[in-house]
Amino acid sequence: MNPVFDWHALAPDVVLAATVLLTLVATFLLPDRDATQVSRIAAIGVLAALVPVVTLANDGADRAMFDGAYVVDNYALALKAFFLVAAYVTILLSVDYIQEGDYYRGEFYFLLLTSVLGMSVMASARDLITMFVALETISIPTFVLAAYRKHDRVSNEAGVKYYVIGVLSSALMLYGMSLIFGYAGSTRLAEIGAQVSAAGAPPLLAVAVFLSLVGFAFKVSAVPFHFWAPDTYEGAPTPVTAFLSVSSKAGGFVALLNIVFFGFYGVDGAGTELWWPVIWVLAALSMTLGNLAALRQTNVVRMLAYSSVAQGGFMLVPFAAAGIAGAAGDLGQADTAFGAVVIYLLVYGAMNLGAFAVVIAAARRTRSAEISSFAGLFQTSPTLAVLMTVFMASLAGIPPLAGWFAKFVMFQSAVEAGGAWGITLAVVAGVNSVIAFFYYAGVMRQMWFKEPAGEDRSEIEVPYALTGALAITAAVTLVVGVYPQLFARVGELAF
Amino acid sequence: MIAALDITPTYYLVVAAALFTIGGVGLLVRRNTLVMFMCIELMLNAANLTFVTFAKALDDIGGQVIVFFTLVVAAAEVAVGLAIIVAIFRRRQDVTADDVSALRG
Repeated sequence: MNPVFDWHALAPDVVLAATVLLTLVATFLLPDRDATQVSRIAAIGVLAALVPVVTLANDGADRAMFDGAYVVDNYALALKAFFLVAAYVTILLSVDYIQEGDYYRGEFYFLLLTSVLGMSVMASARDLITMFVALETISIPTFVLAAYRKHDRVSNEAGVKYYVIGVLSSALMLYGMSLIFGYAGSTRLAEIGAQVSAAGAPPLLAVAVFLSLVGFAFKVSAVPFHFWAPDTYEGAPTPVTAFLSVSSKAGGFVALLNIVFFGFYGVDGAGTELWWPVIWVLAALSMTLGNLAALRQTNVVRMLAYSSVAQGGFMLVPFAAAGIAGAAGDLGQADTAFGAVVIYLLVYGAMNLGAFAVVIAAARRTRSAEISSFAGLFQTSPTLAVLMTVFMASLAGIPPLAGWFAKFVMFQSAVEAGGAWGITLAVVAGVNSVIAFFYYAGVMRQMWFKEPAGEDRSEIEVPYALTGALAITAAVTLVVGVYPQLFARVGELAF
Repeated sequence: MIAALDITPTYYLVVAAALFTIGGVGLLVRRNTLVMFMCIELMLNAANLTFVTFAKALDDIGGQVIVFFTLVVAAAEVAVGLAIIVAIFRRRQDVTADDVSALRG
């Protein structure tokens, strides 16, 4: 049997793979390893990969290849588009940071895009082997990126911590996958789902599911598997931290969605009891401990790290809600809840990348990531202060910003899933939204009500690439807040 | 004469589970980063052994194919891991995990 290649469906990944190779070759051929040129190649390549995503979405047909191991449907396309746009914004964030650092430059974009290629494949992966390879393609370049400032002790430490935890989580996940393979007799998620529905859930499968969920929990830094995140986020170069906390985390969530929705869910929600309690606990712990730890932080990057742990918890809420609804036999509600995960992911990506863009812009003057370094930002750079306020308010979930809409669908999914567990989770999420407001408001207070510390009170100069990143993320945060149907439709189409 | 033992897939699965546990415990107990890497390799190979055993028992080639992918991925991981270790060693002449603690979690 010859495999069928649908080149149109493969086009986004092929363009991205070609760009990856081109950036590597260009790095070595360009005089003085001119990173500005390489960053342009990378940015153009990412935008070029978006073109086939749009034409495929226009076409609308679901395309399956390699015996169903690689599928391009609306869900995959929505996530591919998200990963590509997030990659483009990350490149914009990195250009000046990398150019001004004294480190190897062009290779940065090679590593970044390799990781994005893994994410793009992950969106389409419907098979354990494909998922494993895609997840490792996402992870391995990010280990190097975290340790990118190789003469810097803190960056080394960030790299080694991330590496050990990343590899450990792959090992747990792979062992879980091997047991699933033994149970289902296939690596295709669809056949695993069919087996779950047909044969029920023996204890072996429970162990297998638990091991793979723990593996993914490390990737999405869910409590109690989050302890690497704050150290890695603080030690890594800030654009890399933005990438880790948005794209890499989203990659983990997409993997989790794939294996749970297409696999453990079963064809009719038969397997939900296996996984929803685990995810319920992860969600409740991540929200609570993430927020409480974020309250104590004085460093804005560490605060954003714990905030991203907490936001990950919020993203797990509709996940658990989908399991509760599925267990009750309400399959339509379960699909809506899975859609809510995707919506939250897209919104979180925009507002978190935006917050990091402001942190990078402000650090160009202050050379500091302390929250106190934001003091009086409104007096020196009013635009940056207003944008930071928008992103912080959106992360806190204040209307009419995108974060509010994401929180709304999250609450809705938990409440409508119903049952004592669904309502309890909604209450936990509600309390945590209030706690979260305090540390986001802490940054706002510094910017608006404190006097600037330094002598230099001129406006912070923001390079044009960073301006672009701020414009894109702010536009998404504002537009989706005012006109949420835009993303709501994506959530509906995806499931 | 040694009596012919009937080796069933269960034996292999038990060996794999033992390897996985040894690797996991080793990772938690040992403080030398290089030994920690070896423990992770043990865990990955336990997964490989399980895949091959099931592939043989189920007569499905898919399980054997994934082992090749795992080997390649593990090789890439070790290359990156050793590179990071070398970067640390150049600065500190020591690779004990406890010393890598400028950041507090």
